[in-house]
Amino acid sequence: MSAAATDHSHVARHVRRIPRSGIRDFFDIVQSMSDVISLSIGEPDFVTPWHIREAAIYALEQGKTGYTSNLGTPALRRQIAAHVAARCGVQYDWQREILVSVGVSEALDMALRAIINPGDEVLYHEPCYVSYNPSIVLAHGVAVPITTHQSDNFTLRAADVERAITPRTRALMLNFPCNPTGAVLPRAEQEQIAALCVEHDLLVLTDEIYADLSYAGDLPSIVSVPGMRERTVYLNGFSKAYAMTGFRIGYACAPPELTEAMLRVHQYAMLCAPIVSQEAAAEALKNGAPAMRHMRDEYRRRRNFLMHHFNRLGLTCHEPQGAFYLFPNISATGLTSREFAVQLLEEKKVAAVPGDAFGPAGEGFVRCSYATAMEQLELAVERIADFVRGR
Amino acid sequence: MQEILDILEQDALATPEKIGQLLKLPAEEVRRRVRQLEEDKVIVGYKTIIDDDKADRQLVKALIEVKITPERDGGFNHLAARIAKYAEVKTCYLMSGGYDLLVIVEGADLRQVATFVSEKLATISGVLSTATHFMLKAYKEQGTLYQLEQFEERLKVSP
Ligand SMILES: Cc1ncc(COP(=O)(O)O)c(C=O)c1O
Repeated sequence: MSAAATDHSHVARHVRRIPRSGIRDFFDIVQSMSDVISLSIGEPDFVTPWHIREAAIYALEQGKTGYTSNLGTPALRRQIAAHVAARCGVQYDWQREILVSVGVSEALDMALRAIINPGDEVLYHEPCYVSYNPSIVLAHGVAVPITTHQSDNFTLRAADVERAITPRTRALMLNFPCNPTGAVLPRAEQEQIAALCVEHDLLVLTDEIYADLSYAGDLPSIVSVPGMRERTVYLNGFSKAYAMTGFRIGYACAPPELTEAMLRVHQYAMLCAPIVSQEAAAEALKNGAPAMRHMRDEYRRRRNFLMHHFNRLGLTCHEPQGAFYLFPNISATGLTSREFAVQLLEEKKVAAVPGDAFGPAGEGFVRCSYATAMEQLELAVERIADFVRGR
Repeated sequence: MQEILDILEQDALATPEKIGQLLKLPAEEVRRRVRQLEEDKVIVGYKTIIDDDKADRQLVKALIEVKITPERDGGFNHLAARIAKYAEVKTCYLMSGGYDLLVIVEGADLRQVATFVSEKLATISGVLSTATHFMLKAYKEQGTLYQLEQFEERLKVSP
C-alpha cells in the first residue's frame, strides 16, 4: 500500500499502528493442528465451581435479566469492599469508590482512557500481559516499557522505574503476580516505587488479578503503602481465582474523583456489567474461598512438578510465586522463542507461547501455563524432554 | 502429611516419585511417610471406584435404616460391629435422628438382598426394625461424578 493510500484508509491511524497480536499468530498455527497438548492457555482448566454456576442459574430463575446500576449491583460492591479490605487492608466506600467492569480487561481500558491526555507516557513492565501496550496506545498514550530480568526473578526495580520517568509520565501499570512471568513485587520495592510515584505525582494502575493465586502466602498490595491509596487504581477480577473467565467480571477501586471519571467511560461504552454474572460473582466472594484454595493448591503442586522437570532438562526458570505460568529460559537450545515454540509444536505437538508475544523482553523464553490437567502436563513433560534431547 | 493424603485421596495410583515432584520432597521421604500413614491406619486401604453399569456388573444395592437397642456395656458399638462384619454390608454408620444404623448392602439380585435383611439382619437380637430402600442409579460416588463434564470449546491458546 502506498503512503497516499494509507492516508485514505478508513481505519484510524493509531489503530493501524497496533501490531497483530503474537498470541493470535500462534493461535492460528495451533488451531490448524490436532491432538495438541496446550500449555498456551491463560485461563483455569477448572470449570467454575458449581455453587457459583448455580447462583447464576438461580438469578435467571428469579428473572434477574435487566440492567444494573452503572457501577454494579450494591450487593456485589459491598462484597468487593469487604474482600479488598480483608485482602489489602484498604477500605473503599462501595457507593463512590468501586466500579464493577466487564472483566479486568475493560477496567484497564476505562482506567487508561479516564486518565490519559494524548501524548502522556504510561510506564509498564515487560514481559507483560499482551493488552497493556495496545490499551495505552488506544487511549492515545505513549507506551513506555521497562524491562524486567530473569536475574531479578522478573520483579520490577525502583531504579529502573526512576530512569524511565520523564516530565510527560502520567502513570505506572503494575501486574504482580505477573502474567507471563509469575513474578511478585516485594514490599521493599513497593515502598521505593511508591515514593517515586509520590515524588513525580504518578498514578498507579495495579492489576492484581492473580493476587489470590499466590503461593507465598497473602502478598501485600502497593495500594496499602502509605500515601498510595489516593493515587492508585486497584484492579481485580474473578476470571482467574474463581475460574470464571466466561462470566466477564472485574472491578476497579479508586478514590471518588477517579471512579467518577472511569464511570463516565464505562457508562457510555458498556452501560453495566451483565447482571447474571454479577450475581455469580457475589456468590464467589461469599462462599467461594474453599474452592479457590483448592484450585490454588492444585496449581502450586503442578508448578512444582513442571519446575522439577524443566530444571532437569536445563530449561532454567525462576520459581513463580503466583499466577499459573512458568517462564523457562530456552536460550540454551540455541533457538529463538518463536523457533522453539513452532518446532516444539510441529515436532511434538506441544503448544507453549513464545515469550516475545509478551514484548521484546520476552525473547529467549516461552510461557507454559500449568492451568492444564495433570495428565496433560505429564505427557507434555515427556514430549518436551524428547524435544530438548534432540537439539 | 495432609497434602500427601489430599493427593492420594484423589489418585491412589500416584507414585512416590510423582508425589515428591508435586510437593518438592524426595521420593524416598514420600515413601517413608506413606508407609507411616499405612502403619498408623490413617490410610485404611486403596480402592477403585467402578461404574457397575458400565462394567456390566448386575449388582443390587440397598440402603437400610436399622433401629437397635443399645446394650448396657458398649452402647451401640457391639451390635454395630457385628452387623458390619457381614460381607454383604459395604458401609455401616451410626446415625443421629430417626434410626440408629445406616447400612448399605450389596447383592447379586433383589432376592438376595431381601433374604439377607429378613434372615440375617432382622433376626439379630437387639435389632428392633429395618427399613430397606433400593438404590436405582448412582450419580456421584465418593466425590467422583459418574458423568464427567465435557467442555471441548476451550481455546487452545489464550492470553
Ligand atoms: C494480567 C492480566 N490482566 C487482565 C486479564 C484479563 O482478565 P479478565 O478476564 O478479567 O478480563 C488477564 C487475562 O489473561 C491477565 O492475565
